[in-house]
Amino acid sequence: MFDHISMQLLLGQLLIGLINGSFYAMLSLGLAIIFGLIHVVNFAHGAQYMLGAFVALLLLNHLGIPYWGALIIAPVVVGAFGLLMEQTILKPLRHLDHLYSLLATFAAVLIIEGLMRLEFGSTGLPYASPLPGGVNLGFMFLPYYRGWVVIFSLVVCIATWLLIEKTKLGAYLRAANERPEIVESFGINVPRMMSLTYAFGVGLAGLGGVLAAPIYQVSPSMGSNLMIVIFAVVVIGGMGSILGAILTGYLIGIVEGLTKVFYPEASNLAIFVIMIVALILRPNGLFSSPESSR
Amino acid sequence: MTEPLLKVQNLEAWYGESKALHGMNFDVQPGELVTLIGRNGAGKSTTLRSIMGIVGKRTGSIRFDGAELIGKRTFQIARTGIAYCPEERAIFSSLNVAENLTLPPVLKAGGIADAELLRQFPNLQRRLKSQGTKLSGGEQQMLAIARILRTGARFLLLDEPSEGLAPVVVKEIGEQIRQLKSQGFTILLVEQNLSFARKVADRHVVVENGKVVDTLTNSALEADMARVKTYLGV
Repeated sequence: MFDHISMQLLLGQLLIGLINGSFYAMLSLGLAIIFGLIHVVNFAHGAQYMLGAFVALLLLNHLGIPYWGALIIAPVVVGAFGLLMEQTILKPLRHLDHLYSLLATFAAVLIIEGLMRLEFGSTGLPYASPLPGGVNLGFMFLPYYRGWVVIFSLVVCIATWLLIEKTKLGAYLRAANERPEIVESFGINVPRMMSLTYAFGVGLAGLGGVLAAPIYQVSPSMGSNLMIVIFAVVVIGGMGSILGAILTGYLIGIVEGLTKVFYPEASNLAIFVIMIVALILRPNGLFSSPESSR
Repeated sequence: MTEPLLKVQNLEAWYGESKALHGMNFDVQPGELVTLIGRNGAGKSTTLRSIMGIVGKRTGSIRFDGAELIGKRTFQIARTGIAYCPEERAIFSSLNVAENLTLPPVLKAGGIADAELLRQFPNLQRRLKSQGTKLSGGEQQMLAIARILRTGARFLLLDEPSEGLAPVVVKEIGEQIRQLKSQGFTILLVEQNLSFARKVADRHVVVENGKVVDTLTNSALEADMARVKTYLGV
């Protein structure tokens, strides 16, 4: 049945899956942090990712700041925008059901994308790769930039996981997720910590956008296209599970790549089939434990 | 009499639309151990939560060390030197014992160092790597008390530390609380267990329907247990 599948094709798709998985992991990580630690279903994550790509593009076109500068500046700018969103839209809804913040962020997506479309149109805009060229791996030609994306996103994911799981700040965040009023009674400004956590998660989306700019066309809808998959990743990994989001991101990227080899017609469906099966068998997600939302 | 460390005047508090405190008046002197006693639902725990700013709305006056606490946020109140140990202990399941113990930051000078805490609460030493919620009820209570001692707070709000514990553990907790008093801590203790309360406290404030209805010294309580049992409905 699979006689036509060469090792070259298989390894090539595995690598492409790993590259896509890098984006899935980084975006779902931000989404999981925001949901897991402050209980906001951030529908605007895709739009914030798109903003990261646009900020990188504008920095290059208007200020002459290259990719490497944008890699630092754009997440900070998008994170600051997230902080503004949190203070003006989400903070007043903090004491209401999660559904309200979900609806508010959904409205924010429509506004942000609409405004960006008005200003920049719907057509994708190119962003030159900062690492031209590539290397022949024997089974495929790997552009240097895509290799960089895999390594960099892996470093960011591991660093973020370590920050949340192994540092005092992470302990505050995890504890505040369980009993915010008790953590506040220890003298910690929990509301400010929550706001900054949202900004950090949004900053990760912005960082993802900068990474994506040289690979995908920079367009107002680039986030929406990805968001459906990202939500599926977060649901499969376990809503709010940091490690689950990272591992499932890579896993889904690889599964998607392999499905393209074995049954290309189903490559777009495979993720959602896995999501439904995961929801039926483990409704809390593959990586969530009963005691912890990690 | 010296100036009270805590002075509560006409304190009213609400949970949403529901009024829980109806004008509480009492004070606590420096170094004193005062209990709030009363029936279930009388407003004892709400009084502690109100002092700490963990209720929806509160009016009246809570003066601590001369500063007004009404209008302050919970984290600001903690920074004035008050520490709160809730009834349900609030041990964090996502943290191990060591992480739970060292979670509260040092806010003021004079907090008990971690090594000293482990000496004072030796059971915790053996369980540092265990998940916080895997400890026994008594160990969780000790952890909940121990962790607030590192902040440097000298005024402790303890909500029913003996609740649900075996008599031998209650005795141990009582000894720890007496030791804290001897170390100079001022303590406001919510307690339903009268025999426990009278062994540790200097004074007892009786709460009914969100108001203070009586204040008794420990000796007055000993002398008139029948009256106190009427208050408690036992």
